[in-house]
Amino acid sequence: MSSLKLLSQLRWFRFLPRNLSNFRLFSDVSEPQINIDPKYNNMFNKASSTPSSLKEPELAKFSAIADTWWDSEGPFKPLHKMNPTRLAFIRSTLCRHFGPFEGLRIIDVGCGGGILSEPLARMGAIVTGIDAVEKNIKIARLHADLDPTTSTIEYDCTTAEKLVDEQRQFDAVIALEVIEHVADPAQFCKSLAALTVQDGASVVSTINRSMRSYATAIVAAEYLLQWLPKGTHQWSSFLTPEELTMILKRASIDVKEMAGFVYNPLTGRWSLSDDISVNFIAFGTKEN
Amino acid sequence: MNRTVARKFGSNVNRLRIPWRQPFSNDAVPISSTSNAANLEKESEDLRYDIAIVGGGMVGLALACSLATRPLTKHLTVAIIDSNLALRRKHFIEKEVHPDPRVSTVTPATISFFKDIGAWQYVEQHRHAYFDKMQVWDYTGLGYTKYNARDANKEVLGCVVENKVLLSSLLSRLQDTDFQKKIYPSRLTSMSILPNSSSLEVDSTLSVTASFTHGRLAKLELEDGNSLYAKLVVGADGGKSRVRELAGFRTTGWNYSQNAIICTVEHAVENHCAWQRFLPAGPIALLPIGDKFSNIVWTMNPKESSEFKSMSEDDFLKALNYALDHGYGPHPTSSLLGNADIFSWLKGVVSRSANDCFEIPPKVVKLASERMAFPLSLRHANDYASNRVVLIGDAAHTVHPLAGQGVNLGFGDASTLSSVISEGIAVGTDIGEILLLKKYEADRKPTNVMMMAVLDGFQKAYTVDFGPLNILRAAAFHGAHYISPLKKSIISYASGEQRLPLLS
Repeated sequence: MSSLKLLSQLRWFRFLPRNLSNFRLFSDVSEPQINIDPKYNNMFNKASSTPSSLKEPELAKFSAIADTWWDSEGPFKPLHKMNPTRLAFIRSTLCRHFGPFEGLRIIDVGCGGGILSEPLARMGAIVTGIDAVEKNIKIARLHADLDPTTSTIEYDCTTAEKLVDEQRQFDAVIALEVIEHVADPAQFCKSLAALTVQDGASVVSTINRSMRSYATAIVAAEYLLQWLPKGTHQWSSFLTPEELTMILKRASIDVKEMAGFVYNPLTGRWSLSDDISVNFIAFGTKEN
Repeated sequence: MNRTVARKFGSNVNRLRIPWRQPFSNDAVPISSTSNAANLEKESEDLRYDIAIVGGGMVGLALACSLATRPLTKHLTVAIIDSNLALRRKHFIEKEVHPDPRVSTVTPATISFFKDIGAWQYVEQHRHAYFDKMQVWDYTGLGYTKYNARDANKEVLGCVVENKVLLSSLLSRLQDTDFQKKIYPSRLTSMSILPNSSSLEVDSTLSVTASFTHGRLAKLELEDGNSLYAKLVVGADGGKSRVRELAGFRTTGWNYSQNAIICTVEHAVENHCAWQRFLPAGPIALLPIGDKFSNIVWTMNPKESSEFKSMSEDDFLKALNYALDHGYGPHPTSSLLGNADIFSWLKGVVSRSANDCFEIPPKVVKLASERMAFPLSLRHANDYASNRVVLIGDAAHTVHPLAGQGVNLGFGDASTLSSVISEGIAVGTDIGEILLLKKYEADRKPTNVMMMAVLDGFQKAYTVDFGPLNILRAAAFHGAHYISPLKKSIISYASGEQRLPLLS
């Protein structure tokens, strides 16, 4: 039933004008490799021929506003306000799966300025944060060093694929609000799965591709309320929960729990809910 | 491991003491390479606290006790800064014969807060007086209201306790827990909060300087030369808050052209009722304090207050009895328009205490303490929170004493702040972060402002002696006296159990 829905969406997709030269394929057939523009090579510590699943314009977008990561009133304010809610979901799902946080090795993929990594470190986990934008890693490093509890976080300017090459593994792999900026979500999910140990956890959050999310996350957030700079998100890059579940399943990650985030404009607060029509987060475990 | 890392390890484990925390793993090594940074760290690591509570009064200590009892916050290290040396002496309460005139009326909501933090048991060991009846009337003699706790299905309307009893109870409770606290018997002189990290420059050389070592902390300097660092500074230092001044919070408010005289008096009989009479210049309140003693809070204009303060005891007692009895106007008659027949159509709605007649308060026979006078004002901070600084209690708001609400609002602030901090720690938030502190503000500000508006309204309504307004006030008295749901609502709101007046 859901696969039929998906196939029909795919057919519809082919007729839409696209900004990207590739379109999303959910089959296991390998896609053409994407090459990074040489001018971005100096951003990465190690030269590698492994293709990155990142889109260049996305990197440039984030580089421009990197200095404002830790300004609670700046362009990242919505993320700061949403953070405690995301952490509540992560804490409850990970604690239910693993027990207490101490000794848990967590990787924050696309950590940005470290907004998620620092609270995780304060809760007792051993945190590694990676991001493709060098400036973000520098900001994250400086900010984390100001507090003894967070100065143990390991930050690296690298990508998930490179870490897979290095055969690094973690108990929990967290990629929040990243997959909508990635050129190849299926490949990205495979990398996330490769980074997770057996019976480990993966947490992915993104925005749903629905009419409601177009109205909320694009029109309202970017144009009307100006919470996010215009062009932060592209509606066509959003994934529906069914699509995300499917590509994670293909990558051997079994989605166990899913929740949505809703914003109450009267109180100005985010809360967890069953409503996954706009922002949603998924928790899955790695199986054989 | 080099010495710097080892020292950090030690300080980390001792200072923060989070039970479920794994010390440093072998993978990551903190970047603090310069020797300057190491020296500064050696000097100042013992002076780093999670929270610095400036002001060890009732509200500041209540916050400390509340943090000490919550499982998520009891590992925090707290510095309490107060120049009142009495804090250091554990048992500074001598059982004095005469109660101190500085008392507070605690509402049932505050009593249950004290029970939650484990301090009420200490209050009960000292003098305290529950009261379950209250009578309010004014000089016009047109109406009165009697409140009884039974009207709202409660046992008490409140409890009158001396401030020093509350303070020592909180301190005893604090000493009993193994909460990590240090008391600094000094005054705060200056405070600096290093700039928000948004102005961090991305330097290619990661050199650690003093400002980065303490970049996430507030630095407080004390009068005796000590200085300390804290993640969060709580301003609980009263109406003339130094923290509020140093942090640059703006306030709104005005001075009432009124002073309040307080003293302890003695009766020939026991008193279990709270009495309040609105006089032309301001209300006079008689609150039972136990053992035939009562506390007087008499609001009047400044000129009269200096006269009353300096006149002889006998004259003062005569003036007191005059004010409580038939001075300034007649007694209200027990029923203005027949035996509450006018409300008989509201059968079932008329309150039980509606049939209680007007009583004259017990006569005052002796003055049992010195008379103290202080000016009254209304003051409200426009914001309660900014980066790393938050205000609670009188530092955030001062109100008119006419309904005994002031310190109860402060205890409400302490309770909310400690639960907000606890929620923040549950998800690993930095407790000095402004978005977390704004949650506290968003919870308390509407409640406090509403209460201040209600009290200010009462105060203004009673400053004018104008026929129709007097009748309106009398009608309000009657309404409150006879209409049960209204009375229940008023009692609930004044007890701290309801957030908004008149809406259930």
